Formats: sequence, structure tokens, C-alpha cells
Amino acid sequence: MRKCLMLAAAVMLGSIVNAAAQEKVEVLHWWTSGGEAAALNVLKKNLEAEGITWEDMPVAGGGGEQAMTVLRARVTAGNPPTAVQLLGFDVTDWAKQGVLANLDPVADKEGWDKVIPAAIQKFSKYDGHWVAAPVNLHSTNWIWANKMIFDKLGIQQPTNWDELIAALDKIKAAGYVALAAGGQPWQEATIFDSVVMTTGGPDFYKKALVDLDPAALGSPTMKTVFERMIKLRSYVDDNFSGRDWNLATAMVITDKAGMQIMGDWAKGEFRNAGKTAGTDFLCFRFPGTQGTVTFNSDQFAMFKVGQASQDAQFKLAKAIEDPAFQSSFNVVKGSVPARTDVSDAAFDACGKKGMADLKEASEKGTLLGSLAHGHAAPAAVKNAFYDVITATFNGQYTADQAVAQLVPAVQGAQ
Amino acid sequence: MSITLQRSAAISPPARTARERLGDFLPRIVLAPSFAAVLVFVYGFIIFTGYLSFTDSKILPSFDFVGWKNYVRLWSLPNWWIALENLAIFASLYIVICTAIGLGLAILLDQKIRGEGVLRPIYLYPMAISFIVTGTAWKWFLDPGIGIERIVRLWGWSDFTFDWIKDTQMAIYCVVIAAVWQSSGFVMAMFLAGLRGIDNEIIKAAQIDGATNFKLYKRIIIPMLRPAFLSAFVVLAHLAIKSYDLVIALTNGGPGRATELPATFMYSYTFTRNSMGIGAASAVIMLMMIASVIIPYIYAEVGGGNRGR
Amino acid sequence: MAADIAGTAVRTSRVTRAIIYAALLFFAFYYMLPLYVMVVNSVKPLEEIRGGNMLALPQQFTIAPWLSAWSTAQIGVQPTGLQPYFLNSILIVVPAVAVSTILGALNGYVLTKWRFPGANIVFGMMLLACFIPFQIVLIPMARILGLLGLAGTIYGLILVHVVYGLGFTTLFFRNYYEAFPTELVKAAQIDGARFFQIFRRILLPSSGPIIVVTVIWQFTNVWNDFLFGASFAGFDSMPITVALNNLVNSSTGVKEYNVHFAGALMAALPTLIVYIVSGRYFVRGLMAGAVKG
Repeated sequence: MRKCLMLAAAVMLGSIVNAAAQEKVEVLHWWTSGGEAAALNVLKKNLEAEGITWEDMPVAGGGGEQAMTVLRARVTAGNPPTAVQLLGFDVTDWAKQGVLANLDPVADKEGWDKVIPAAIQKFSKYDGHWVAAPVNLHSTNWIWANKMIFDKLGIQQPTNWDELIAALDKIKAAGYVALAAGGQPWQEATIFDSVVMTTGGPDFYKKALVDLDPAALGSPTMKTVFERMIKLRSYVDDNFSGRDWNLATAMVITDKAGMQIMGDWAKGEFRNAGKTAGTDFLCFRFPGTQGTVTFNSDQFAMFKVGQASQDAQFKLAKAIEDPAFQSSFNVVKGSVPARTDVSDAAFDACGKKGMADLKEASEKGTLLGSLAHGHAAPAAVKNAFYDVITATFNGQYTADQAVAQLVPAVQGAQ
Repeated sequence: MSITLQRSAAISPPARTARERLGDFLPRIVLAPSFAAVLVFVYGFIIFTGYLSFTDSKILPSFDFVGWKNYVRLWSLPNWWIALENLAIFASLYIVICTAIGLGLAILLDQKIRGEGVLRPIYLYPMAISFIVTGTAWKWFLDPGIGIERIVRLWGWSDFTFDWIKDTQMAIYCVVIAAVWQSSGFVMAMFLAGLRGIDNEIIKAAQIDGATNFKLYKRIIIPMLRPAFLSAFVVLAHLAIKSYDLVIALTNGGPGRATELPATFMYSYTFTRNSMGIGAASAVIMLMMIASVIIPYIYAEVGGGNRGR
Repeated sequence: MAADIAGTAVRTSRVTRAIIYAALLFFAFYYMLPLYVMVVNSVKPLEEIRGGNMLALPQQFTIAPWLSAWSTAQIGVQPTGLQPYFLNSILIVVPAVAVSTILGALNGYVLTKWRFPGANIVFGMMLLACFIPFQIVLIPMARILGLLGLAGTIYGLILVHVVYGLGFTTLFFRNYYEAFPTELVKAAQIDGARFFQIFRRILLPSSGPIIVVTVIWQFTNVWNDFLFGASFAGFDSMPITVALNNLVNSSTGVKEYNVHFAGALMAALPTLIVYIVSGRYFVRGLMAGAVKG
């Protein structure tokens, strides 16, 4: 009798333990290397401590392009992953299909509405309900500069377009590559974001890139933007085509180039090379854009996978927004936390500046989504912009032609 | 039983048992699953894609009919014209060069070469490897900063330039170089097989008649390789149209969109730009192009009936 | 038979032969170059790659990149290397190749020795099916796999690869059996042999070369496939090409080229071995009618 009881108890215990350990999340993402993967691993371990198994489904390539193809196949097959890394309008597009889960219970409990900036909420919510948990907030209107070169040539941090050109001229004349750039459409578009912002200000940015107003797109201001893009191209070395962004950053790190216009994930490269902000490299906003922030935010969107996994999804979402995780992850990634109530103690000088800038921009209403990274317009329109930007940057269009091509391209893509 | 059968055999065809009638159908039954699979998974999907090209599908298939809108938009896109132009350049160069190199190498290898067993796998192996594997190596070669240009300059010719891959006009030719590398060995194997199938007696007879080597090849051997030419053309044409991994690994469509091809175009519009309707329309056009090349070949191969084999 | 003589009866002078060898070696060089670059750079430490000449032999030889690619390189969240994915690929490739080869053989047999009205049209349609671009197939196939409950499983991937290999395998066997003397089949029929017996006893034993060609072709295509592997696999059935892609195409982080090359070579090793070991049969098989007109 005793034996029977013990056996029954063991079986019950086993099944309870099993049931608890059954909770799993399958996560589709493209953070497959270096610091970010390691940081994500921390999230995985945190979840395991709560009894949730992390099933990893990484698909690298194209900054998420391949992963998006895989996602389509998975959703069509009826077995979507539990959580998927998505950017900006992609979250909205999928939400429209009705395949995202409702995260309101955990959002309300944790008070996300108050601490996550409204500009990000626009993408994390659909129809008033939370559908995704933002992991970070990258901003793209940064310049990363080699301090040694700046000091050597006596260059101060430029604060407007003309000073920027003067600085670039000086660096080029001294024999360095003035502007390190990689020739991929998204990189060129990242530069475009900043040039639009500095040329027309946040109002023009919003009108042209977010509202897609044809008058703004065809205006003389836009023509100036393209003229400036062509001017910037003259400071880039001829080998830029096809170069990956981190190789361009390496040019700045190894004293070959003066500056790079890139989002704050570039900081991760400096960190990996053992460089310190303020001592080896400088970070400042693209001249003329101080006070505004063009952002993009990686979010983990939760898909509808049934009641059984809902608890696990909530736990994952909660773990992502946990202030301790937000701090440790973003220190590695180079971005700033998606919630505004995280302490900046662990961040370096550029991180602290980023967080301060974010707060300022959010309050002033100048926190705007980056076009280049899918936070100003949906994918079809974004790519229409890419086509014109990259053709111009590669010398195939003049500024007039670019504007002439841009308006119909954007119209047609909507 | 046997007596009855024998008597019937002399008078009229024997009665078919159910089993024998089943035996008649057995070949068709054996073939049926494969044929059914092809019907559903290939032709069914082609029809599905055709249907999608008339809908406003964006991120996922939708079934709202929009008529010819997608096709009109497709032909108004500069990228599509670039893709078609690139395909014309790429396919014609690729097919001609691969055939020439393949034929040339096969003829050379056929000359009782010592070490053929070593050379043949060397020529064949590129086909075995996916471009995700070799893509980085090729990107390095073609990059002026670290590849061929730099190496030749290190060797002394300091004026040598080879920066095609960074040039919007010339980048497509780099794709040709890499593609030729990958497939010409296979074409060589096809021609080698064809050459080995030629009866040496014919050659000996021609030599007795005084034919020079050149005339021998031109008038006799190469014309006898006609079937191999056809097969090579079909295989190469199909690879040229399907080329995706190669372009993505090498240039990702760049510089800008200069090396866009229909296969990359279709992928981009369907999966990256959330414009599945347009992607489907481009796929239909691609299929029509493939069909126009392949169907005549199949007709010649199969429709002509037995060739007395 | 011409098949037994390795080489033509064409005669060439010594000078011509010298030129021939030179040309062959030049092309061998062209084909070997990428492989050489990959091998040589996979055993260099990273600093040497950054600083040096990509064609130079390693000054400092190290197998650390290979060890890393095998077991510690970052593929996803955890540093597992390529090792766990090898098994997945094998589990997908072996059944897919076996099934599609057998079906191809049976189909070829039926289409050539048991003609029925419409056989040519059936063959033509199956042949045309070889040429479908895979991106078109992705979404509808995903839907069907979902309906069948096979999405995210190895069985689903096997099904996909079998279906899309049928066109080629049928083509190869059909052309081969076309050349096979029909009298032997007729004689066996008169002796009372049935459908499968004829196949097993008469055709199969002399199908060696074409089986090898088909297996090589299918093995290569299925092993190297990326699109289907990424889209239809679940987290526990990912093939090695997807893992390799994650290793090589990461959007961020230091590019450890030596590890990339080591990993790429590792992933290519099975196909390379298959090609080299059976290279001779490949040509023989082609000769015997795989792609004859």
C-alpha cells in the first residue's frame, strides 16, 4: 500500500513538474552573433529559471529579410512561432492579418502605458491593444567620429550642415577617407533620414516621410536633400558599394576614416574593439538634428498560438520589459531601453546622451520613426524610397531626376 | 484449367481475369502518385500563382480580384526593366560561355589525358557546392580592395584595375564570371559523355580519308554532339532563370539595383516589399519565359516519338 | 564499344599536346582558386586575414576556426556550432534521395517499357515541372503542409524534396531505360515474369551508373537547399544550410572569416565527398543516357 502511494505520488509529482516545464516559447529572430546573441541568451536563462523552455529559431540574413520570408511560410502553414522579432510597420501589417495575440493583461499589470514612449506604442499596439513587447530603442541620426583625427586636424563637433561639410573637406584633404559608408540601400537610406531632418526639420520630415505628402516629396526642399546626398557621396571612397556597415565602422575604428553616419548599433563595434566613448571616438547627433530623434525599435511580437502558450508569452513579454534586462541588454547592443524609467547608471557617455535625447524628443514630440528602418512608412513604400535613394547615391540620377522619380514611385507603392 | 486455356487460345483471345486486367493498369497505378504529386504541387501551384497575380495580395494571399492592375504596375517599374535587361545579358553570356568552355574542356580532356581522373572532379566540384558556401570567397576575389586587383598590384602591375563589381554597368559581368565558374564543369561532363559515345570507327574512317583534326571536329564530331548541345542549353537556361542564391551572395542586387534579376525581383516584391500581387505577376512572366524555351525542347525530345532506339 | 576506350581516336602532335595540358591546367587553376582561398584562410588566425594577402599560405597555422565552427560558433542564441544540424540534414537527405530515386526508377520503367496512350504527355509534363522556381511554391506548399500537419517536421521537408526531385529523377531514368533493349523485357514477359519481377531482375541490376547519377544530383540539391529548409523546418529540424547561413550572414558583430570558411567547408564536405568518390560513375552515367538528346 505504501509503495502504491509513493508510486502514485511520484507519478503525480513527475507530471506536475513536467506540466510546468512544458511551457515553451519558440522565438524567431536574426540576432545570431556576438553581443546581441549573448545578451538574448541572458533572456533565455531568465526564462528557464521560471520554467519556460526557449526554442531558438534564428534566421540570419538581410537584417531580417530571410526571417520575414520564413515567418510567412510559418503563418501560412498554421504553426507560427510564439514570438517573432519584428520592426515597425511589420508589426502593424501582421496585426492587420489578425494573427497577433493580445498582451493587454501583462501590459496593464506592468504599467507599460506610462513608461513606454508614445511613439513606440504606435507600433507595439494595434487597435488599442498591446501586441508586441519592445526590446530597445535605436536611433539613427548619429555620427560616429574618430577622435584622434578630429583632434589632429583641430575639428570641433559640427553643429550644422556647413560646418559638417567644412569638417569633411578638412579630413579628406588630410588624406583620410572623410566619410566611411557601406553601399547597401538601407545604409544609404539611413544617411537620407538625417539629411531630410537637417534640411527640412521635423515638420518637413513628418510631412514627406510619414504622411507621404506628394507636395512635400516633390518640393524644392527635397531637391536640396538629394543634392546634399550627392555631395556626401563625394566624401565616400569608391569602394563603398556592397560594403557591410560594420566594415565601414571598422574603417573609423582603425583610423582610416573620419566619420560614419550610422545608427547607435555602431557603438557595439567600438565596444568590441575596446574603444571608449569620449576618449577614442566621439558620438554626436547629425549636425542640425540635435533635439530630434529618428528611431527604430526591435519588438518581439507575440503570435496567437493557443491558450496553452499564453502564460509563457506573458512571462516572455514581462521578462523583456524587466528593467534589469533592459539595462543589461541595451548596454551591449548600443541602444537605449524602450522604457523611460530605467536608470542610466550602466551606460557609457553615448548611451547616457542617447537616453537624455530620447526623453527630450519624446516630450517635445520630435521622436519620429526612421524611414530607413521601417518606422515611418510601410515596407512597400520604404523600398520605393530605397530604389530612388540608392540610384542617386550610385550616380544614376541627378537631384532633379531623383525627385521626379520619387513622387510616382511612392504613390504607386501605396 | 490449362486445357481450356490452350483450346481458347487457338480460337480466340483468352478471357482476361480481374487480376490480369489489374496488371494492365498496374503501370499507370505505379506512375499515378508521382504524376498526381506533380499535378498538385507544380501545376496546381502555378495556377494558384496565376490567380494571385490578379488579386491585391500584399503580405499574405488575399482573394480580392483587381484585374490587370498588377501587370500594368509591373511593366511601369524601372526595376523590372532592369531585371529583364540583366537577364538578357546574363543568360546569353552565361549560356554561350559555359557551352564554349564546356565543349572546349571536354574535347581537351578526351585526348587520352593522363590524370583525367584528377582533373575531372576538379572541374565538376563547383556544381556540388551551394553559393552560400562560396559566396564570400567570390566577393573577396572581386573586391578591388582585397581581391584580384590588389593582388595583381602587389605583384607589380600597379595600374591594374578590376573594380567591375563596384561599377553599376559592369557588375552583372561579375555575376557571369561566378556563374560560369559554377556550371561550366557540369556542361563539360555532359559533352565528355557525348564525346565518349561517339564510335571511334567513324573517326578512324575519316582519318583514313585524310581529314585534318580541325576538319574532323568541325564536320563530324561536333555535329554528332547535337543532342548534348540541346541538353546543355536547357540545363543552362533553367539555371540562368532560376539564379537567386548566386546573385544574393555576390552582390545582393547591387550596386544599387544594378544586378537585379527576375528571380531576385520576384522574391523582393513578394516577401520583402509585401506586394505579393506584383510578385505573382512577375512570377507568371518568368514562367512564360521558361515555358517558351523548354516546351519546344520537350516537344523535340518527346513529341517526335521514338527514334528507333 | 566506344564506352570502354577512355579517349578519342584523334591523333595529336607533341606540341599540340603540350598546349592541351597547359590549357587544362589553367582551367584547373581557375576552378580551384575559390576552394584554395577558403581552405587556406580557414586555418589562419583572424589578424592574419585582416592584415594579409588572401592567397598567401598561413604564417600561423591554427585549427581553432574549425573547432569553433563545429562546436562553439554562435548560430543562434547559444554557441553550439554546426554540429547539431548535421544530423538534421542527414535525416532529411537520406530518405528524400532514396524515395525520389526509387520513384524515379519506377516511373522511368513505366514510361519506357509499358507505353500507354498519353505516356509522352505525362512525361512532358513531369519534365516541365523541373523548371519551376521555388519561391512560387513557398506559400501554397506551406499551406498544404499545415493542412497535412507536417509543418515544422522533418517528414514535411522530406515530402517537399521528394516532390520537387521527381521531375529530374524520372527524366534521368527514363532516358536511361529508353536505351535499354526492349527485347529483353519482352522475352522476360513471355517467360511469365510480372511487372515488378521484370523491374527487379532485369532492369535494376544494370542500372548502376544511372542510380549513381541520380543519387549525386538529388543529394547535392537537397543537401544544399536553403529556402525550403528555412521555411518549413521547425527549431528542432533545421538543416545545416540554415545554420551555415546564420553563421555567415549575421547582420552584426565581428566577421570571423576564418570560422565562416571552416564552417562552409564543413557543410560542403558531404557533397564534395560524394562527388569525388563517384565522379567516374557520373560521366559514365551521363554517357549512358541521362542527358542524351
